[in-house]
Amino acid sequence: MSRLIRMDQTGHTTLAQWTADDPQAVEAAVAAFREELDRGYFAMVSTGEGQAEQVRELPVGAELVIMRLPISGG
Amino acid sequence: MAAEPLPELAAVHWRPRADAQRLDRTSLMWTAITVAHVVPFIAAGIALFLVQPLALPVSLASFAHAWVIPELYAQRGANVVRTGGSRFIRAPAGAEARSVGLLGDLVGHEARAMHAQTGLVPERGRLGVWLVGPAGAVLVRAGGGRFGRVVCYCVGVNDPSLPSGDRIAHLLLALRSDEEGFATVANLAFCGARWRVRRRLAAAMRPALDAGAAAARRLDTRAMP
Repeated sequence: MSRLIRMDQTGHTTLAQWTADDPQAVEAAVAAFREELDRGYFAMVSTGEGQAEQVRELPVGAELVIMRLPISGG
Repeated sequence: MAAEPLPELAAVHWRPRADAQRLDRTSLMWTAITVAHVVPFIAAGIALFLVQPLALPVSLASFAHAWVIPELYAQRGANVVRTGGSRFIRAPAGAEARSVGLLGDLVGHEARAMHAQTGLVPERGRLGVWLVGPAGAVLVRAGGGRFGRVVCYCVGVNDPSLPSGDRIAHLLLALRSDEEGFATVANLAFCGARWRVRRRLAAAMRPALDAGAAAARRLDTRAMP
């Protein structure tokens, strides 16, 4: 089961869960994903040990997609 | 080369992209600035005493300046990983625990244990070993042995309500996706001797710096032909 989560003040919120063979769940996940992008979040996927990648489309095969806010120098 | 540069780079488009050579030049510049601060005060203290021994108190004040200025810079470096203060809204315990759980999913056992012990997450990169905290990161450069160097960056996510685990996870994901971009977006707070920053860190955080230094030495050894 793949998950789309957003890091927020609750720790994190699960926005969608899907499996690749469930088109309705995938569609709902894509909608939730786009909504978060529109709100200014960036989507990140781990791509191996110590590596991550920003994605602009929901990677349906990814196990975990994390939405993060922009960072800046303090 | 990163697959895609950090989107946050657009907000600091005037900054040259950080890389190992640029960090080396930054280190040299910080050393030169420290020398330029320290040497005149020491020289003035000695000269005053030689010209007029009764001016000893003024000489001592001059020596104190030579000592205090580098210490203040080092304090600024150590502050990037300081967890106290009123910068953040304290998250409820449940949110904090959930955020730490997510962070734990992103890192290995060693990093999880280090975070539990020190509040910092170690992360190996190409530029050195990073120690990531909720509002900043310390880069332990490879090489230098016991007298290695660190680069301290002030960087964070602009939402004071986020729990600390999420703050670290934000930085960690950005760092992993584009390390050099991360070092470009972050604000440089200090670059200098590791031992100076170590003295200024909270005692609980020092093991993270020591482990980071050991890991950086191993990176250095592997880089040798």
